[in-house]
Amino acid sequence: MALLEVREVSKSFRGLRAVAGVSFDVAEGAIVGLIGPNGAGKTTTFNMVAGVFSPDAGEIRFAGRRIDRLRPDQVCAAGIGRTFQIVRPFAGLSVLDNVIVGALERAGGVAEARAAAAAILEPLGLAAKRGELASSLTLPDRKRLEVARALATRPRLLLLDEVMAGLRPTECDQMVAVFRELNRRDGLTVLLIEHVMRAVMALAQEIVVLHHGEVIARGAPGTVVRDPAVLESYLGEETEV
Amino acid sequence: MNRRAAVLLGILAAALLALPAVASSYVLSVATLILFFAYAGQAWNVMMGFAGQLSLGHSLYVGVGAYAAAGLFFHFGVGPWAGVWLAIALCVALGAAIGLLAFRFGISGVYFALLTIAFAEFTRIGFDHIDWLGGPGGLFIKVAQREHLDLANLRGPPAMFYYLMLALTAAAFALCAWLLRSRAGYYWQAIREDEPAAQALGINTFRWKMLAVVISSAMTAVAGVFFAFYYNNLFPEQIFNIGRSIEIILGPVIGGVGTLFGPILGAAVLTILADAITELLAAAGIEIPGVKQVFYGIVLLAVVMFLPHGIWPAIARRLGLERRD
Repeated sequence: MALLEVREVSKSFRGLRAVAGVSFDVAEGAIVGLIGPNGAGKTTTFNMVAGVFSPDAGEIRFAGRRIDRLRPDQVCAAGIGRTFQIVRPFAGLSVLDNVIVGALERAGGVAEARAAAAAILEPLGLAAKRGELASSLTLPDRKRLEVARALATRPRLLLLDEVMAGLRPTECDQMVAVFRELNRRDGLTVLLIEHVMRAVMALAQEIVVLHHGEVIARGAPGTVVRDPAVLESYLGEETEV
Repeated sequence: MNRRAAVLLGILAAALLALPAVASSYVLSVATLILFFAYAGQAWNVMMGFAGQLSLGHSLYVGVGAYAAAGLFFHFGVGPWAGVWLAIALCVALGAAIGLLAFRFGISGVYFALLTIAFAEFTRIGFDHIDWLGGPGGLFIKVAQREHLDLANLRGPPAMFYYLMLALTAAAFALCAWLLRSRAGYYWQAIREDEPAAQALGINTFRWKMLAVVISSAMTAVAGVFFAFYYNNLFPEQIFNIGRSIEIILGPVIGGVGTLFGPILGAAVLTILADAITELLAAAGIEIPGVKQVFYGIVLLAVVMFLPHGIWPAIARRLGLERRD
C-alpha cells in the first residue's frame, strides 16, 4: 500500500476545471516529482492533499486513512508537512521562533520545541541567522525557512511547492542534498512540485506530469522526459539540426 | 529578560509601591486611571497584539463586568469578590459568542472588528432598557466611606483602589509575559502573522483564537468590576460607549501593539499628557471642549508616522532591553 493515494480527484473553481480525475501514488520512502506547465493543476492538487480545499470528487488516503475531508491542521497532525509556493514566513518573528511554531506540533513544551528547531536550522544553513527577523531574510533564505518550518512538524510526507525557484544552481544543489539526506537517513517521503528540472532530475525517482488538470504521463524521470506528450505540452520538443 | 531590565523593573515597582505615601490625592487618582487603562490595554493586547484579532468593542466587557458585580452588590449585597466571578462568566460567554460567530463563519479583519462594535452597541441599547439595573438613568452604588477600609466590599480610601489596580496590572503583566512564552503565545503570534501558514503547521486556529478572546474578555471583565466600585456610578451611555473602547486601545497602540510594556507605557504617556494639557488650559482660564480627544488624535498621528511599532520598542532599543536569542 502506498503512503499517499490520490484517486480520481477533481476540483473546479466557478466552473473552471482545475483538476479532473487525477490519480497517482506516492510510495513510502519515495521522492515523487509533480511537473507540468503553469495552470496544470499542480498547486490545486497539493492544496487538496494539504486540506486547504476538499476535492469535488475522488478520495485521498494517507497511510490508509482518508484525509480529503480534514482541515489543514488535521492533515499536518496526520503527518503531512507542506511549504507554500509563495513563501509565508511569520515576518514579525525570529527565524528560530518561526521554526519553534512548527516544532511545537510534536514537542511537549516550548523548551523541547526550541531544541528541536535549533537542530533543524543547522543543515539548512540558517543556524547563524536564528535571531534575525524572518522579514529581513533574502528570498533563498525564506525558502529554506519555509522548508525548516515544515520539517519541524516531523512529517512522514513532505509536500514541497517550488522551493527551488529563485535559488542559484549551487543553492539548489545544497537543497537537493538536504532532501536526499533526509530521505536516506529518516526515510522521509517527498512529493515535490518543481519547474527547476535540474532539481527534479536529481531528486525524483518517479515523475507525474499534469496538463490541463489531467495526468498525461508518469514513470521514471528518464522515460518521462522523452515522452512525446510531455515534450509537446511542457518541456518543448528538441528540434534536430 | 536581562539583568538591566530586572533592575529597571525593580526600581519601577518600588516607585509605584511608594507612590501613595508621597503623592497628592489628585496624582493618586491619575495614577489609578493610568493603571486602569494599562490593565485594560493589556487585556485587549492579548487579542489584538498577540493573536491579531482586532476588537473595537472592549467597552462591552468593561460594561457587562461592571454591571454584573454592581447589580449583585446593589440588589443582594453580594460583594465584588464574589461578583467578579459572575462578571467573568458573562463576559467569557459574550466573548465566546462573538468568537464562535466570527471564526466559524470566516469573519476576519475589519469585519470582525465591526462585529465587536455591533455587540458593544446593541448591549448598550439593551442596558438602556433594563430598569432593574437603572436603565439610562444609571446605577449607583453607595459611595465609599473614604476613611474606613472595607476590603471585602471594596469600600475604602483612594490608596486601596490604587493598590488594587496596581496588583491587577502587575498580575496581568505577569500573566501576559507567561502566555507569550508559552505554546499559546507562539501559536497566537503565528496566527497573527499568517493564519494559513499557521494552520499548515498543525495549529487549530479556531481553538486558539477562541482562547485569546476568552482570556481577553475575562481579564477585561475584572477591569469592569473595578470600574464599578471605584466610580460608584454606571451609565450604559458612558460605559458601553465606543469612545471608551477606543480609549482602551489607544494605550497599547501608542505604546506598542503586541509588546508587554506597550500598554502600560502608552496608558501612562497618554493619561499624563492629556491631563497636563487639560490642567494647563484650565489654569490659563481657557476652556476648549474635546481638547483631550484632539490631543489623542495628534499623539496617535505622530506615533503612527514616526514610530509605527509604538513608543516602547524604540525605548527598549535605547535602553538595551531587546531580546537576544
